[in-house]
Amino acid sequence: MFKKFTKEDIHSRSNIKSSVQRGLKSNLVQLYPQLEPAIDNLIPKKSQVVSIKCEEKIQLYCVDNEIVMFQQYNDELVPSLTTVHKYPDCFPRVQVDRGAIKFILSGANIMCPGLTSPGAKLPEENMEKDAIVTVYAEGKENALAIGKLLMSIDDIKTKNKGIGIELVHYLGDGLWNHQE
Amino acid sequence: MTELAPKSIVYCGICSWPPEYCEFGVSRARCQSWLDTNHHDLYEKIYTEDITNQTSTLSLEKQEKLNNDLAKAQHKQELKQERELQKMLNSKIVIKRIERNKRKHIISISGLEVFNLDSKKLAKTFASKFATGASVTKNADKTEEILIQGDVSDEAKEYIEKLLQDQGLNDIKVEQIDDKKKKKKDAAAAAAATTAGST
Ligand SMILES: [Zn+2]
Repeated sequence: MFKKFTKEDIHSRSNIKSSVQRGLKSNLVQLYPQLEPAIDNLIPKKSQVVSIKCEEKIQLYCVDNEIVMFQQYNDELVPSLTTVHKYPDCFPRVQVDRGAIKFILSGANIMCPGLTSPGAKLPEENMEKDAIVTVYAEGKENALAIGKLLMSIDDIKTKNKGIGIELVHYLGDGLWNHQE
Repeated sequence: MTELAPKSIVYCGICSWPPEYCEFGVSRARCQSWLDTNHHDLYEKIYTEDITNQTSTLSLEKQEKLNNDLAKAQHKQELKQERELQKMLNSKIVIKRIERNKRKHIISISGLEVFNLDSKKLAKTFASKFATGASVTKNADKTEEILIQGDVSDEAKEYIEKLLQDQGLNDIKVEQIDDKKKKKKDAAAAAAATTAGST
């Protein structure tokens, strides 16, 4: 989504209303229930969320000049990688094997075998297609990407073929390199 | 309610990634020495533990080959970056102010490609920023050129310089040229008219 993102893709910035801000927060907690104890740290009550509208109907949400989350069209809210690095335990996670790292860092979608090999880990419980997951890697502590399931977790395990996760945001992409 | 505090994380001062991923970046050597100087404990953790982690799933031989391939690719990348930087330093952006008739000017901007600036996007930005018309054309030598209606040479220069600074390029020349196609006499008259008009 942000492979070629640059400053030039930004259309406008605006402060959002406090009622909208409250709505965003509850929306985010609903999507990621584990985030509840952290939500007031992530978006403090007295902060002002800035909405940045970009090309292709992408909207970034910023607090204190830091991009906290984003969404495209009116799809689900997705945390930025910096948010995930701060609150790693609040989001569902998958782990790829070491071999997949360099492909992810060049912006490629994640193939099923990279998620099922010995170095990889998938959640035990199933997750439906289209869910947002944070992507970790074998032998590494921090997340390197955020993706969207193109198949359910069960399907990834059983079919083990083709693209399992669409890459949404990764270390070194245009959003990561963007500075407010 | 127990609140969850954010985890603090060190990011690499060279490539901006968490240092454990620097090995996959293109500036590995510089990253490594940066970490050694600035966060020595983390350096020891990453660059010594790593080896044991890697061998767990891959044979040593395969691992060595992978590392070699990666080192080669990284070296190539570094050379390429160096070359590109040199090329940038030797290039310049030219903003030409072209007189169309007495009071009307267009601005032509060329030489942007070397600096990875997208002419089309930039033209769009200028068009809305200056509330004027802007377009991209291809020159005879197949390089792109932005044409903007109106005398916005200084503003355009300022904006482009800011974009370059964002890339860490502070010493790039942005040259402004006045292109008057009129004959000397006419030009002098026009100049006189402008001075008269401005006083
Ligand atoms: Zn680094």
